[in-house]
Amino acid sequence: MAVGEQQPKKKNVNRIGLARSDYAGQLSTLCSGCGHDGITNQIIKSFYELGVNPYQVAKLSGIGCASKTPAYFMNTSHGFNGVHGRMPSLATGVILANHKLICIGVSGDGDTASIGLGQFCHLVRRNVPMIYIIENNGVYGLTKGQFSATADQGSKLKTGVSNELPAIDCCSLAIEMGCTFVGRSFAGDPKQVVSLLKGCLSHSGTSMLDIISPCVTFNNHDGSTKSYKWAKEHEELLHQIDFIPYFDPIETIDYLEGESREVEMHDGSHIRLRKLARDYDPMSKIGAMRTLHEAAASNEFLTGLMYVNPVAKSFVDSLDLGEEPLCGLPQDRLHPSREALDEIMQELM
Amino acid sequence: MVTIETESQAPVLDEESQAEIVNDLSIQVATVNGSGSQSSNNILMRSIFQMGIPISGKNLFPSNIAGLPTWFTIRASKHGYVARKKEIDILIALNPETAKEDVESLTPGRVVIYEEKLNLSRLRDDLTFYPIPFSKIAAEVVSNARLRKLVANMAYVGSVAELLGIEMVEVETAICKWFKTKQKAVELNIKVSHLGAEYVRKHSPKTDPYRLERMNQTQGKIIIDGNSACALGAMFGGATVVTWYPITPASSLCESLIDYMQRYRIDPKTGKATFAIVQAEDEIAALGMAIGAGWAGARAMTSTSGPGISLMAEFTGLAHFAEIPCVIFDIQRLGPSTGLPTRTSQGDVFSLHYLSHGDTKHVVLFPATMEECFEFSRVAFDLAEHFQQPIFVASDLDIGMNNWMADPFDYPEMAYDRGKVLTAEDLKRLGEFDRYRDVDGDGIPYRTLPGTEHPLAAYFTRGSGHDESARYTEKPEEYEKLMKRLLRKLETAKNWVPQPEIEYVDGAEVGLIAYGSTDIAIGESRDQLREEEGLETNYLRIRALPFTKHVRDFVSRCKRVYVVEQNRDGQLGDLLLLEVGPGVHRIEKILAYSGLPIDARFITEQVLLLEA
Repeated sequence: MAVGEQQPKKKNVNRIGLARSDYAGQLSTLCSGCGHDGITNQIIKSFYELGVNPYQVAKLSGIGCASKTPAYFMNTSHGFNGVHGRMPSLATGVILANHKLICIGVSGDGDTASIGLGQFCHLVRRNVPMIYIIENNGVYGLTKGQFSATADQGSKLKTGVSNELPAIDCCSLAIEMGCTFVGRSFAGDPKQVVSLLKGCLSHSGTSMLDIISPCVTFNNHDGSTKSYKWAKEHEELLHQIDFIPYFDPIETIDYLEGESREVEMHDGSHIRLRKLARDYDPMSKIGAMRTLHEAAASNEFLTGLMYVNPVAKSFVDSLDLGEEPLCGLPQDRLHPSREALDEIMQELM
Repeated sequence: MVTIETESQAPVLDEESQAEIVNDLSIQVATVNGSGSQSSNNILMRSIFQMGIPISGKNLFPSNIAGLPTWFTIRASKHGYVARKKEIDILIALNPETAKEDVESLTPGRVVIYEEKLNLSRLRDDLTFYPIPFSKIAAEVVSNARLRKLVANMAYVGSVAELLGIEMVEVETAICKWFKTKQKAVELNIKVSHLGAEYVRKHSPKTDPYRLERMNQTQGKIIIDGNSACALGAMFGGATVVTWYPITPASSLCESLIDYMQRYRIDPKTGKATFAIVQAEDEIAALGMAIGAGWAGARAMTSTSGPGISLMAEFTGLAHFAEIPCVIFDIQRLGPSTGLPTRTSQGDVFSLHYLSHGDTKHVVLFPATMEECFEFSRVAFDLAEHFQQPIFVASDLDIGMNNWMADPFDYPEMAYDRGKVLTAEDLKRLGEFDRYRDVDGDGIPYRTLPGTEHPLAAYFTRGSGHDESARYTEKPEEYEKLMKRLLRKLETAKNWVPQPEIEYVDGAEVGLIAYGSTDIAIGESRDQLREEEGLETNYLRIRALPFTKHVRDFVSRCKRVYVVEQNRDGQLGDLLLLEVGPGVHRIEKILAYSGLPIDARFITEQVLLLEA
């Protein structure tokens, strides 16, 4: 549990002197092989590698398997497991109270795309500075296998019940709602998950990652687009993502014209996107929407940084708050003067 | 238990033998919603107030933007009675749609001042009628049709002033105050009000007994609505995160808070806001934000009415069980469901006290006066942080949206009670921390805030079962222990919430119990019972839930106890029945639930019926 100066000098420490084990959480109680545990590991890795201060992190979640995971990383960060589908409002409140905190929310497809759809939309619309991860497995695990709103159309439960409704695409939804950082990835692609997470940590608004995270118990069968097998076979990367943190000198590798794109993030970090099969511009909202709709229509599994707007005004900016968090303001900064009350009373006389 | 309802017998005024009636009357202005009568109604009310006569002003309005009937009632009372008076003495009829019905509902001997075109005097011969061509008067000075309609309202202010003896200098002062720096509006409105007065002088000789004359009962007083008073309390209480969703009759609380915060809570050093006010997507999100902010250490609040309270049930349970401070204002209106959204009620008592599933009980504060709206709203933030719980402030439409006189609010001197929060230094000193351990035996544990730089600081907040160290547990004994501690906390709260106000009268056998806006009519009713029937009454005013032991003592000291409230089931009465034990048979209920604010005469009649 102990962190920082209380530790003896360690060999493998990050730039703030912490070991990777300092970012560990409780032992997971999820099913062995659950995609969520892989994502948990990538969260630990990316926070560790970027040297994020765990004391300044707030971990939030709703209800469901995915929402249990904040207990499994960063024990020395405050955590809040709220109510089903309502993590966005809790997180918004946390940020309003203390915008210095690095807020990470973990949700599932039920928690986000069903019960929490409204709050999710309004969170991204406000551009509340936080990381919002959807661990998307297309199924309700904790309640034993019911369809979620991201379940494949036409898929069947063991009981024979079939899902006739189209799946909600969380990425195109988020972009439509004004999300300023939208990525899709796969729990079985740890490298990409880490790169995207680091990008999230350098973003000033809401960053949303829709990560396909197979449920080994209820939705890992052949044909499920949320299974390991299908995702591995079908994952098509939009680009190779390299993350260059602001505190590292930018490598000056010369790429050929048109070979890569670079996005400068709010904190001075860079996301370098190396071109693969297509030339994808993640700064184009319309392009992103077209790509996502085409991929959905042809059942393609595209992953990568779908959309980013690194300069959009965050919710905190638009509220015109000062540097100091509201939660830390002492009484003399909050309590108007006697003259102020007199003035108000005079007006009412 | 019996509840009796009766037709009220209003005193009939005999036209022949009328003596003057001075400083004791009610005026009802019947207009159309959205016609701009708000200015003239307020100016009329303020003019009377400035003459030193105690007043109250109520807006009875429809759930509509414009076009439906609306009534504004002013009561002027030399005795200082400010509750709704059942009988209308002076009707100002400007709305063709309701004029006939309004006139027919008056008791004989009353007065109708009306737009001449409505031709109302033929309807009855037992009232005094003053036809006045308000729109013609306005047309003399304004050619623009829309403006003429607005200004015509000011003509009735002048006419009424002339008829009742309101001094025109006070009308002018009130106009200046209302329109502030809009010089053109000031001049125009003053001019029209004088024309209204002049018409009466020339054409309408006074034949009714009602008169107002200067007295000195309002010197130094303010006029404010409860929602603004609550907003001021919240501002002085150090609210920093305010989240809300529009709903009548609660919206004006946050709206006036926005105004006040923009004036008084911009940091002079940085020019930055020391608050965040967010209009949420619904009441669930509004409370979620407040809870998130409370968890992270801000003084957070939300404000709503019954339907919002219903939506907040789940989150309230979370805040209760995970022990997170936040303040929730409920400006009650008539339910269930959409109910009558623009009518008053005290129907949320059960909801608030027990909100959410499982064993939950919450602290509820019941302000009854403007001073208490200010004070309780401020104190609610202390209680929330002290107890790490949601605290409800239960106001209602009558308190919240109507105009009340009050003494200017005292400047709050107390230091905020930020509760048991451990800093990194504290943790270093203590060397241990368990989030949910009852260290002090008062049921209230210690907490840390996210961002605290110490390895012991972090804990995991959850709405699921947890042990003293905030770890997930399903152990039966841990769960029971936790539930008992939460109850212990509620016991502690009994010593911290506002205590009831109690008045024992020598020899009185009857005890009245009321709370919130019902209190406004109780004093007048007790005077009626004493003066008209010689019946002395004791009185206990509940100011908070949970009940304190004073309530039980009061019931046992009175032979008969009448709980007066504004809901159908007698919700607070039922809570009392659970609490009081052996004294239960002494308790009867007096209930008003039409959506109109309770009036003293009703209470008096009900008490007499139950006493008979």
